[in-house]
Amino acid sequence: MLQSVLSIFVAAAFAPLIAKLLKKSIGMVLAILPLILFIYFLTLYSAIRNGQELYTSYGWVESLGIQLTFYLDGLSLLFSLIILGIGGLVLIYSNGYMKSDEHKGRFYGFMLVFMGAMLGLVLSANLITLYVCWELTSISSFLLIGFHHYKKKARSAALQALIITEFGGLSLLAGFILLGHASGTYELTELLSNPESLSEHPLYLPLLILILIGAFTKSAQFPFHFWLPIAMKAPTPVSAYLHSAAMVNAGIYLLARLNPILGNTSEWQNIITFFGAATMLVGAYLSLTQKDLKAILAYVTISALGILVMLIGIGTFLSVKAALTYLIVHALYKATLFMVAGAIDKKTGTRNINELGGLYKKMPLTTATAMLALLSMAGLPPMLGYISKEFIYQAGEQAPGVSDYVLMFSVLSNIFMVAVSMIFAYKVFFKKEDRQHQVKEAGAAFWIGPAILATLSLVLALFPKPIEPLMEFALAAVKVIPVEVELKLWHGFNVAFLLSLVTVASGVLIFTFRRFMLPLFAKVNNALFSIEFAAVFNNLVHHFLILTKKHTSFFQHGYYRFYLMVVFIVAAGLIWYQLNNTWSWVFLQNLSPVSYYVATIAIAMSVAAIAAVFTTSRLVAIVIMGAVGFGVAVIYLVYGAVDLAITQVLVETLTLVLFVLVFQKLPPFTKHLSRSSKVRDAIIALSIGGFMAGLVLKSDHLHLSYPVSNYIAQNSYTEAHGKNIVNVILVDFRALDTMGEILVLAIASLGIFSLLKFKNNNI
Amino acid sequence: MEVILAISIGLLYAISVYLLLRRSIVKLILGIMFLSNATNLLVFTAGGLTHGKPAFIEQEQQTPPENIADPLPQALILTAIVIGFGLIAFTLVLTYKYHSVSGTEDLDQVKETDKFE
Repeated sequence: MLQSVLSIFVAAAFAPLIAKLLKKSIGMVLAILPLILFIYFLTLYSAIRNGQELYTSYGWVESLGIQLTFYLDGLSLLFSLIILGIGGLVLIYSNGYMKSDEHKGRFYGFMLVFMGAMLGLVLSANLITLYVCWELTSISSFLLIGFHHYKKKARSAALQALIITEFGGLSLLAGFILLGHASGTYELTELLSNPESLSEHPLYLPLLILILIGAFTKSAQFPFHFWLPIAMKAPTPVSAYLHSAAMVNAGIYLLARLNPILGNTSEWQNIITFFGAATMLVGAYLSLTQKDLKAILAYVTISALGILVMLIGIGTFLSVKAALTYLIVHALYKATLFMVAGAIDKKTGTRNINELGGLYKKMPLTTATAMLALLSMAGLPPMLGYISKEFIYQAGEQAPGVSDYVLMFSVLSNIFMVAVSMIFAYKVFFKKEDRQHQVKEAGAAFWIGPAILATLSLVLALFPKPIEPLMEFALAAVKVIPVEVELKLWHGFNVAFLLSLVTVASGVLIFTFRRFMLPLFAKVNNALFSIEFAAVFNNLVHHFLILTKKHTSFFQHGYYRFYLMVVFIVAAGLIWYQLNNTWSWVFLQNLSPVSYYVATIAIAMSVAAIAAVFTTSRLVAIVIMGAVGFGVAVIYLVYGAVDLAITQVLVETLTLVLFVLVFQKLPPFTKHLSRSSKVRDAIIALSIGGFMAGLVLKSDHLHLSYPVSNYIAQNSYTEAHGKNIVNVILVDFRALDTMGEILVLAIASLGIFSLLKFKNNNI
Repeated sequence: MEVILAISIGLLYAISVYLLLRRSIVKLILGIMFLSNATNLLVFTAGGLTHGKPAFIEQEQQTPPENIADPLPQALILTAIVIGFGLIAFTLVLTYKYHSVSGTEDLDQVKETDKFE
């Protein structure tokens, strides 16, 4: 399994190269890989049928309990097949759609990364591995949505999708860490084998909410739904894949996967069911008033995701069965319709349903395909969509506690779905169109994929036998109880059937009176949904950026003396605090006797230094500098540091000479600061000086032994043949340090040289 | 003696901090010079004061006499003095160049990295 995920990433890395070699057929060639993997996973089907669990583990960050573990059961198999099957067909479709794009190598690379990340996500059996794949899907979808990066709208759509899904991703990570903390393991298989332990844990509610935020943002649940319609700025193959098989399914997968671990509690049921139902209704309703084909489909996706989330939230056997069936239904019709919309866009140059019409004559194949998919979307027989809609009604009917609003919301949403399918079909394909589009049927690459998928949603409804066991295994993975699934078109007269009749009739009514109804809906929209979520979000981001800008300019103000001031104040505060805690006058013992001439020099130095602060003459300041330097040299000399004294005298002399050389060119002192700021600076300066003085006294009190000094002193002559120990240290024991010192001086002199050579007008 | 030296060192630090907080660029350089002198003295005093006994090995001797000044801090300070000189020389020339290009000696003007107002 690791190999199959890796093979996709490897293919992604080579995609740009392959694109250069094969100019025309790259999509076709790359599609071979997911299709082969699709067949490979089909062969694993029988292994699962025999009760085998496929599990591989590779060490990764074992000290943190993070493994590369992959695990295949019914649920991951179902998702893998959808990801790979639709992925392959979308790549074939891309071959036609992206034919003339100059960056198609990059496009295929991103697509494959996206696919590999999705596959890794559904296969990983370690929460952290799953999270890594989760983030990879966010990043690759960001790259794909913003693929036409020269368009500002594409960039902002991509950024919006990224920010929202990353917000969810981080929340998911926090949730996973809490989950790992609460249960003691990140391994899904271990979590699944002991599912009851978590619902009583005190961390249950926080971790549930964090994980749900992750799933809801990814699967575009209300109120995070708005990024999905905006993400249709992506090239159409991306939309087809993202909406049907990838990205948004990740949240659904996560909820289904965690259902045995976190489900079966009232929190789980109430929160998820409510948000799912709300999303379902909002999405279906908003899809009615859209004009853009892709926008219609995007809102229908939101609604479908709402249905899936709601069904998983209800958490009964029936509802999960309905969810898994609807997952397949939705993947099939949504990929088909997006690819059809893309083909129509390419051939007619528009996606506005009011500008389209009469395409059934010009694009008969596309029309037939789309009609099948729309039938399935409307939930009409004899399509797979009909079966799943019946399941949804049954599940809603029998949902414990929440059936009233769930059933009502579902019926309403399905009425809207029927209506929107009819409007879609009528306006695009059958309405008489005055404008004469010079339109031909799209090429093979455009209709192969949709045709296969649309046919599948018909064939699987009529002959559901092959997928029934697959559904059983998937259900078993979600609910842990093995069960039998039977899919059939006719369930007899029951409530669900009645509701279906009501749904279709009402949908037809809306369609018939659309001239009256749609403007009404539009008005209601303007009144009710006057808050644009996307606009609110953009505003939030905008204000956040302003805040960070202010925050940055507050801390990074550019006044260097205030930076220093902060450093000094913090240092003074901390050290004074520490000195205050450890203060004792014990260190004033064992002082060396006062030498009066050194004391005189020290006092003279101090007085001169104070004068340096107040003088307004640069020359005086420089002379004082020199005086202090020579005073220091005398102190060195008195206390046995002859070499230091010599060096100090040399350096001071050189410095004075340098100063005098540039003296003429130096700016004069000017007064810039007010009296109060001088007082403030003086206080800071004195507190620093004060603790430095304290530090000197304190350090003198420390009785350190001198092992290094002693060794050097004893071996100075015998080993290094020198009698001036300080010199021996510099040129022998620590010769490398001296090398470094010489290097520093060399670099400084190079810097000085180049500064002086530099002509002003070059700057 | 340590008390007097400690007070002088503290004063040198206080003065250097005060000078570092000025807006005038020349005072900044003076501040750096005071700072390096003060720090050298700090290390020197902290290493222990030994009156009049330099770290030499006398004629005809293999090892130094007892109670000589500790040679290690001296070696460290010697390096520091020389490097401090390199730093000052560079800063001085940089200031001179900066002033001749920008015409200002006000550090509050040095807020942008690539333009002069």
